[in-house]
Amino acid sequence: MTEQDPMSGLPPDVIHDLHRRMVRIRLFEEEAGKLMEAGRMPGFLHLYVGQEAVAAGVMTTLRTDDVITSTHRGHGHAVAKGADLRYMYAELFGKQTGYCKGRGGSMHINDLSIGMLGANGIVGGGIPHAVGAALAAVYKGHDSVAVPFFGDGATNIGAFHESANLAAVMGLPVVFVCENNGYAEFTPQDRHMLIKDVADRAASYGMPAEIVDGMDAVAVHLAARRLVERARAGEGPSMLEAKTYRFYDHQGVKGLRIPYRTQEEIDSWKQRDAITALEQRMTSAGLATAQDCEKVWSDTGDEIAAAIKFAEDSPDPDPAHLLDNVYTV
Amino acid sequence: MRTAVREITYVKAFTEALMQLMAEDENVLVIGEDVAHYGGVFHAFDGLLKTYGDKRVIDTPISEMGFIGMGVGAAARGLRPVCDLMFFDFIGVAMDQLYNQAAKLKFMFGGDVSVPLTLTTAGGAGLSAGPQHSQSLEAWLAHVPGLKVVLPSSPYDVKGLMVAAVRDDNPVVVVLNKRMLGSRGPVPEEIYEIPLGQANVLRPGRDVTVIALGRMVPESMTAAEELAKEGQEVEVIDLRTVQPLDSATILESVRRTNRALVVHEAVTFGGIGAEVAAQIQEEAFDYLDAPVLRLGAPFAPVPFSPVLERAYIPDSNRIVAGVQRLLERTGG
Repeated sequence: MTEQDPMSGLPPDVIHDLHRRMVRIRLFEEEAGKLMEAGRMPGFLHLYVGQEAVAAGVMTTLRTDDVITSTHRGHGHAVAKGADLRYMYAELFGKQTGYCKGRGGSMHINDLSIGMLGANGIVGGGIPHAVGAALAAVYKGHDSVAVPFFGDGATNIGAFHESANLAAVMGLPVVFVCENNGYAEFTPQDRHMLIKDVADRAASYGMPAEIVDGMDAVAVHLAARRLVERARAGEGPSMLEAKTYRFYDHQGVKGLRIPYRTQEEIDSWKQRDAITALEQRMTSAGLATAQDCEKVWSDTGDEIAAAIKFAEDSPDPDPAHLLDNVYTV
Repeated sequence: MRTAVREITYVKAFTEALMQLMAEDENVLVIGEDVAHYGGVFHAFDGLLKTYGDKRVIDTPISEMGFIGMGVGAAARGLRPVCDLMFFDFIGVAMDQLYNQAAKLKFMFGGDVSVPLTLTTAGGAGLSAGPQHSQSLEAWLAHVPGLKVVLPSSPYDVKGLMVAAVRDDNPVVVVLNKRMLGSRGPVPEEIYEIPLGQANVLRPGRDVTVIALGRMVPESMTAAEELAKEGQEVEVIDLRTVQPLDSATILESVRRTNRALVVHEAVTFGGIGAEVAAQIQEEAFDYLDAPVLRLGAPFAPVPFSPVLERAYIPDSNRIVAGVQRLLERTGG
């Protein structure tokens, strides 16, 4: 099949879209990592680098009015859903122009205008919100769907199980997307659950699941499309497990004193870099030249440099407004 | 147009508020365990399913974190959910969705998201329901910026405060008192609102201010009547909401009476009484003729035995004794 059609029937504009979204995430994160390392940004940083195919693959199947919820490792989801990079960086810097006006930080980027119902600092915390967004859509007679993103570690917490059961019992349009990067923080999967495939958990809630190579953006897109279409057609919730890997540590960009992953393991996954893989397929299929791909990187780099400048030039929040938005008045 | 005022029960006043709120706003829906087909374990939701159907009155699995979290997401997307937590004591299993999510989304997301969620629940002791079905945990929630916490003390207040809670664009927790569910009182038929954050001066008095909460309000009124027979005039303030707290009404009263007693069912240690006492000494120290006194439960779980439970919960006799202790102190 790949000989005849390495893109599995996806039209070129979708392929280019996948590529652009992945490059945007990668560069956003790499530059954020540098700023963190240089001490120019406060707080924690949970980089999404390595997992780009999942966010891009799923988000290219969603409409703007479809709602997602995200995690502490949420920059990739926000970028892929179409968030403005200027307001994202501004939030990372804690500036007044940030998505959260400097009140949330890296773990709370949100933009309801593009259906991004927030990243969440509590593991599993956002999953029930996606179920609620799906309920609201059905209640109002809309055909939008909701997609909570979460990691393998989050499937051990009650919020995941309660949400899966609720969505199933209520027949809500939710696609539960598990990004299985093999680690719950620093604990490998085989020490935090006794099953190999998180997708097995879907069966206990009476919902179907698919497992997909999370380093293959085309495969993620195709699987997500099937499940999103199913949900939109009123056929209920489902689960997608994408096997993926994060190239950086749980937090920050430097290695930790505890070698919980081997260099061999990291290198083997990096050899399967989803962006490199897609570019090879694009060039071999004649969809793009190496120069075309390079131009996406350099154009995105320019956009990111401008966004960082916007963020650094932005004003800090005014302490006189510290109590703003504690309540809706 | 004036409508009739009838005597109805505390729980019926609650049901009537919901009936009228759902008629007024199609985005109001009720979510909880056994609220639809069974009508709620205290019959607080009787008749709602018949009137509004299963789209708007939803039975859930026993999944408090799940359905309250679902309520948060639905509220953020434009609905006005009323989620029911069967017993206040069950709040622990859902707490993250309340204090980390519902309470914080507005602030944490930079103001773009409102969470008009009402959480209704039943608290309080006095029914031999034991240590896990009797607690008064309002101080936990009042400590969290972003939440509002309401404890109605009469049928009239239940209806008016419930209307205000559901119409409010913030997450509001309404704690019904289980032992008061069958108590009767005058309630107007029409829909009306009692503003959140305004205490109610139920009885004016010049000698002592008694600041009370929930079921301790009628107990305080009984105590005040007893004391009036001896010529002592007690001012009784029903806080109605503990977050926001109506500090102005408390302070104005204490500056006149110069003596204050705070009474609630929750354990005294770290309770709302501690906050009220601290505010009075910070803002009205020079007016005080006696230390502010707190009356609450001892530092123990709520016991099951009726004998032990009676010993545990404050009542009008202990309120009378507390007021007399305050009056023994001479001013000046």
